[in-house]
Amino acid sequence: MGRRVLVTGLSTFWGGRVAKALEADAEVDVIVGLDTKPPRIELERTEFVRADQSYSILSRIVKAAQIDTILHTFLVVDSTRMSGRALHEINVIGTMNLLAAAGAEGSPVRQVVVKSSTLVYGATHRDPQWFREETPRTQSPRTRVERSLNEVEGYLRDFAEDNPHVTITLLRFSNVLGPDIVTPITKALGLPLVPMILGYDPMMQFVHEEDVVRSILFTMDRKVSGIYNVAGDGRMPWSEVITMAGKRPVYLPPIRTAWAAAPFSRLGIVDLPDEVLALLRYGRGADNRRLKHAGFRYGYTTAGAVDAFVKNQRLRSTVGETRPGYQYERDVENFFRHSPAVVRDQ
Amino acid sequence: MAAGERVTRIDKPGALVHLPREGDRDEALADPRVGDVDEWGRSESIRELTRRLYDPMYRHWFRAEWDGLDKIPTTGGALLVANHAGAIPSDAPAIMHGIETELGRPVYGLAEHLFKALPVVGTMWARAGGVAADPDNAYRLLREQGQLALVFPEGTKATGKLFSERYQLRRFGRGGFVEIAMRAGVPIVPIAVVGAEESMPIVWKSGALAKLVGVPYAPLTANMLLFGPLGLLLYFPAKFRLKVLDPVHFDVPPDQPRYSKSRIMEEAENIRQRMQETLYDMLRERKSVWFG
Repeated sequence: MGRRVLVTGLSTFWGGRVAKALEADAEVDVIVGLDTKPPRIELERTEFVRADQSYSILSRIVKAAQIDTILHTFLVVDSTRMSGRALHEINVIGTMNLLAAAGAEGSPVRQVVVKSSTLVYGATHRDPQWFREETPRTQSPRTRVERSLNEVEGYLRDFAEDNPHVTITLLRFSNVLGPDIVTPITKALGLPLVPMILGYDPMMQFVHEEDVVRSILFTMDRKVSGIYNVAGDGRMPWSEVITMAGKRPVYLPPIRTAWAAAPFSRLGIVDLPDEVLALLRYGRGADNRRLKHAGFRYGYTTAGAVDAFVKNQRLRSTVGETRPGYQYERDVENFFRHSPAVVRDQ
Repeated sequence: MAAGERVTRIDKPGALVHLPREGDRDEALADPRVGDVDEWGRSESIRELTRRLYDPMYRHWFRAEWDGLDKIPTTGGALLVANHAGAIPSDAPAIMHGIETELGRPVYGLAEHLFKALPVVGTMWARAGGVAADPDNAYRLLREQGQLALVFPEGTKATGKLFSERYQLRRFGRGGFVEIAMRAGVPIVPIAVVGAEESMPIVWKSGALAKLVGVPYAPLTANMLLFGPLGLLLYFPAKFRLKVLDPVHFDVPPDQPRYSKSRIMEEAENIRQRMQETLYDMLRERKSVWFG
């Protein structure tokens, strides 16, 4: 019997991609995608449920669809996308409800994969060059997104203790780059002059967006349990990233940096929240060897991810958006999935 | 299938996720870097430039002379341990420069995290081979990469001492450097340096000011008295003599989670005493601060 998978945040970048990749996997029988908004990419057999992550709905879905695997991709790590309150609601309350539903009496769930971020390590001058999974952060979290991710990981630890029969995989991704993803870093690199803090040239590390999806599927396939950093090999200075992007830097002052960056955000040019400014000052490195030992092979190094991003930027600047737009139509999707008129299993 | 990994294929055009096929995966990954900064932030081209600029100072100002350079291993990891002196220490660049030019292998200088917080200084320090003195960093450098790392176990207690206390070794921290060498399975190579103390002596220091600014010490140096603010940059031309002592090998297995604290303290104290005696010997031989 194949896997029955629940994907959270189906309409988000990661949820959609993970569901798409799962559809190609013959050993996955059922894919249920959860979100409040309809998916933004075309999916063939994923069942979309429009619902928020409230406990009663989640526990009913898990039971009704006999979900055995939860891929929790819906953790917001980009704090520029929503207010702090909404972020807390999604990350902390959403995860709490999800784990409660997964751990309910008689729950069929046997694996939970959570997509967290290396933001949980912070970025300060006291950091080691490479964070291993068990290295503690050197300063307590200061930003809302970091605090919320730390809380999420705390809930996951409790869940692991209470549910020893469930395989729990916590993946911490470093900054993602690639052809399609949009983050404060990609927005900054898209500007004619790329912000840099005067006097600091931090060592950056990136992971390619394909490696993100592949690592989630890999840990699901192999039922790998534990905490893993997911990050490309090597680190490179921010100035070198800017050079590869064919751009020139613009300098922010080393003191009162947040204050100097504020007008950029107000003018809608680029939003650099505190956790991104800390990264642009001190950088961050995550040791990726534990996942490699588990058998995962990366497709890209840090520089490879930057290169893929830059190449697609060039393509986009020539021909515009390359992905066709997609509009979710509930009736059409339901027709293809459930109408007896559609011939299946040719 | 290779390593039992199941490969999911999406062959359709326009598919969002191109999962690699088998066969592609064993190839070395492309790494299209355009710079030469390594994972520690060290850049060989910047080191090269620094060496070229610093060489006249090393040769003609400090007239550095080594004794026993052959005791530094030419391959594999080793932890170099030296005494520390001067308000803005002049010994670290001299040691790193000497070994890199004579032995042709890089030296990573382990120092306070504090450096990394400073704009410009922090970045330049990293490009020139500076690494934060963190046990994880040292282990990776020494054990996994087989590099040379230089550490000053006295720390800022040594560089912040007054001229009247010159060549009196301070406490060697908590012996952390010995534990790191044991865990990494590398020898410790002690180096005794004479000359750095006189290149920028501290005549007075203000505890209150240091506290206020948040630095380990706020010194008034003889250089400042003589040259004014320029004294922050200008060293006195003291003659540098650097003596490499016999390497210390520990017959303990590497990679242990813990090592006996008493053994660590004993080894640290032995090294400290040998260095102190060597320094006294060198001072007995020294006829002049400026001419050696």
